[in-house]
Amino acid sequence: MDPMEAIKATFFQECDELLADLETGLLALEHGEGEADTVNAVFRAVHSVKGGAGAFGLEALVRFAHVFETTLDALRKGELEATGEVLRPLLRAADRLADHVASAKQGIEPDPAADAPVISGLEALLGAGADTATEEAPVFDFKPVGLSLEGGFAPIALASLEEPAWRIVFAPLDRMYRNANEPLLLVRELARLGTTQVRVGLDRLPRLEALDPLTACLDWTVELSGTDIAEAAVRDVFEFVEGDCELTIESLQARSTEEGDLSLEAILALAGLGEAEPMPLPEAAEPIPAPLHAPPIAASLQSVIPVPVQPQAPQSPVAVDDQLRTPASEPVAHTTIRVDLERVDRLIDLVGELVINQAMLNQQVMESGVARSSNIALGLDDLEQITREIQDSVMAIRAQPVKSVFQRMPRLVREVAAMTGKEVRLITEGEGTEVDKTVIERLTDPLTHMIRNAIDHGLETPEDRIRAGKPREGVIRLSAQHRSGRIVIVVSDDGRGINRDRVRAIAVERRLIEADAVLSDEEIDNLIFAPGFSTADTVSDISGRGVGMDVVKRSIQALGGRITILSRPGEGSTFTLSLPLTLAVLDGMVVSVGEQTLVVPITVIVETLQPKASDIRLLGPSGAVVSVRGAYVPLIDVGVALGWPTSSADSGVTILVESGPGEMAALRVDAIQGQRQVVIKSLEQNYDQVDDIAAATILGDGRVALILDVDALISRRRRGLSSSAAPSGQTLLQAS
Amino acid sequence: MKTILTVDDSRTMRDMLRLVLLDANFTVVQAVDGVHGLEVLDQSEPDVIITDINMPNLDGFGFIEEVRRTARHCATPILVLSTEGDQEKKQRARSAGATGWIVKPFDPVKLVDAVRRVAA
Repeated sequence: MDPMEAIKATFFQECDELLADLETGLLALEHGEGEADTVNAVFRAVHSVKGGAGAFGLEALVRFAHVFETTLDALRKGELEATGEVLRPLLRAADRLADHVASAKQGIEPDPAADAPVISGLEALLGAGADTATEEAPVFDFKPVGLSLEGGFAPIALASLEEPAWRIVFAPLDRMYRNANEPLLLVRELARLGTTQVRVGLDRLPRLEALDPLTACLDWTVELSGTDIAEAAVRDVFEFVEGDCELTIESLQARSTEEGDLSLEAILALAGLGEAEPMPLPEAAEPIPAPLHAPPIAASLQSVIPVPVQPQAPQSPVAVDDQLRTPASEPVAHTTIRVDLERVDRLIDLVGELVINQAMLNQQVMESGVARSSNIALGLDDLEQITREIQDSVMAIRAQPVKSVFQRMPRLVREVAAMTGKEVRLITEGEGTEVDKTVIERLTDPLTHMIRNAIDHGLETPEDRIRAGKPREGVIRLSAQHRSGRIVIVVSDDGRGINRDRVRAIAVERRLIEADAVLSDEEIDNLIFAPGFSTADTVSDISGRGVGMDVVKRSIQALGGRITILSRPGEGSTFTLSLPLTLAVLDGMVVSVGEQTLVVPITVIVETLQPKASDIRLLGPSGAVVSVRGAYVPLIDVGVALGWPTSSADSGVTILVESGPGEMAALRVDAIQGQRQVVIKSLEQNYDQVDDIAAATILGDGRVALILDVDALISRRRRGLSSSAAPSGQTLLQAS
Repeated sequence: MKTILTVDDSRTMRDMLRLVLLDANFTVVQAVDGVHGLEVLDQSEPDVIITDINMPNLDGFGFIEEVRRTARHCATPILVLSTEGDQEKKQRARSAGATGWIVKPFDPVKLVDAVRRVAA
């Protein structure tokens, strides 16, 4: 198929999807289920249809889509409200847009009469006199471009000996470089129009010691000769840098200039590109770091710069701006090597195996009665140490500094501060602290949310702060550090602290606690993590669209992390996140269930209990609840749930876990063996997906232990799907 | 051969850009929105970036600002696809750090010209 036909087919396919999105979005809005992003999605759908249609020159479709888009833009900007009155015409327009797409697909001209009522419906929404389609349409009444690939590109003008037609003087401003515009490329572009003579102005170039690498200090004078070079063509070259440079374009007519020639070598030397000896750097100066990208087009200099230069400042090398743009304080980049992530993960896997094997070997040797002081035992100690170091080093390959997340925060702080009218200073510490790549990636959202919260709810307005005897400016601190094999991230503010009376009142109102519940300060503070505590109408725009701290807590837990809060009234709040350095290792509690060994992730465990028989009540044939300090919590016998033979129900230990969206459950197991770090092995990759089991691990003695998926176990139970003889459980029994 | 990253949520636009750019002997990598674009940039070093403005997740302005903040890509030319006559967007794109712009619907010759104009 012709490539353009193929793309056109894609376009219509995409249109169908966009039209479906559009309709779903409008219907959601009509039912009052839309969110802020629904309006944006609806707008984008029409915008994309219009964009594609434009590329294929489908004028009628573009024109209709444009009116529609204008109306949706008003909705997006809040000039229109998403009421039934507004949505009905929009839904009609969506239908009409689908008709237009269908006509375009069949290559027939749509009936313009059918547009009229729909368009007038849309125009009515925008109010009389609103400047909509009829006036604006001409803007889009472009000539269809059509994609012709045969056209080729403007040939580079051959050199001619004519008189210069234009003199172009241009001096980049600092900001031109910041947007990655490159003066030499502009000169090259001019050379495509005709023959150029280029002179570099060095007047403003200071001595190297005084040079600020972030300022522009060169200017160029280009004399352009050739036939029929229109001023517009010259201006076009500078289209992107208009306003970012000082530019004069002067017609030379009959005037001619005489300039002396200078050899290419001399220019290159001046530009710092040639063979010439580099200027010795002042001794105290930092070495100039490597350029951020390749120095500009040395090759094209040859054609572009036949003539310069009054060497007024030959003692200074001409600054090639790229080389100087890097601030001198930035450290020289480390040598790096790009490696496929899969290879790294494979290596990490293998090292995991090595650690397990080493532990097994150790245990076997010790059990064989070899003396601790024997050479074998000493050799094994060394092996253990080296194995650990290998593991750490391999994990470090996936590690990255948290800087990539932290550096997004200053902007966020500025924006939120501006929106709330608060004055905020952000202090970050420990940006270089490293943690697993995946952990970093999944940290952005929770951290963003916490910082928004801290500014929005934590900090006071400048006036309130002064009244409270604090400086006007509030301080948000964001820090990271390694602590006992985990990364600890702290977000703190010096604001008013959690208003416990209010939190309590909200919790009672939302039936999260009983009105007469006796709670410690800490328990009250922790209510903000309860699902349903923050809902859309209590959370302001800034703190998110109904995303509460419960979501933050869930995402931290999903990473195997914990979040704690410490708040002092009047002094501020501190949130502490403790996260594993890697997702390949898990802190777990090793428990026995029947003859099996299971690992329960530490992060979900609240406490362990040994309830009295009188605390347990049976509910129906297989259900039970246990009373924990007056509250009933569902009790799940893990062995029964997984279909394993277990000891009698009255012995054993009960582990209180926080499951699913913040709900408690009690898991009964036979015994707790201990707590340890385990290397996670995927069951899906090695065996198959198994209900209620997240992954597996191999213990020091070589036994396979399954890692319990507590959330899944509990939610499955809640849905009533568990049975005492789950087939998957039996399969597992054989498999392990 | 130069590599161009195109960031656009419309498959039609992506296909079209790819067709034109491949035909002009560029290598093309693609991303479907700003966030994806940043991910792609984590693992590649395009010579020029072409980005749409209206996109889900992270729009073109946010994407450009983020790219300019990244030391590795702060000097990579970025061209914005903007609708005709949209001066305000051009200006915003420029203050975000865009190098230049291409008017939509784009003329393939002009597109390739614009890319060549900013590609070192």
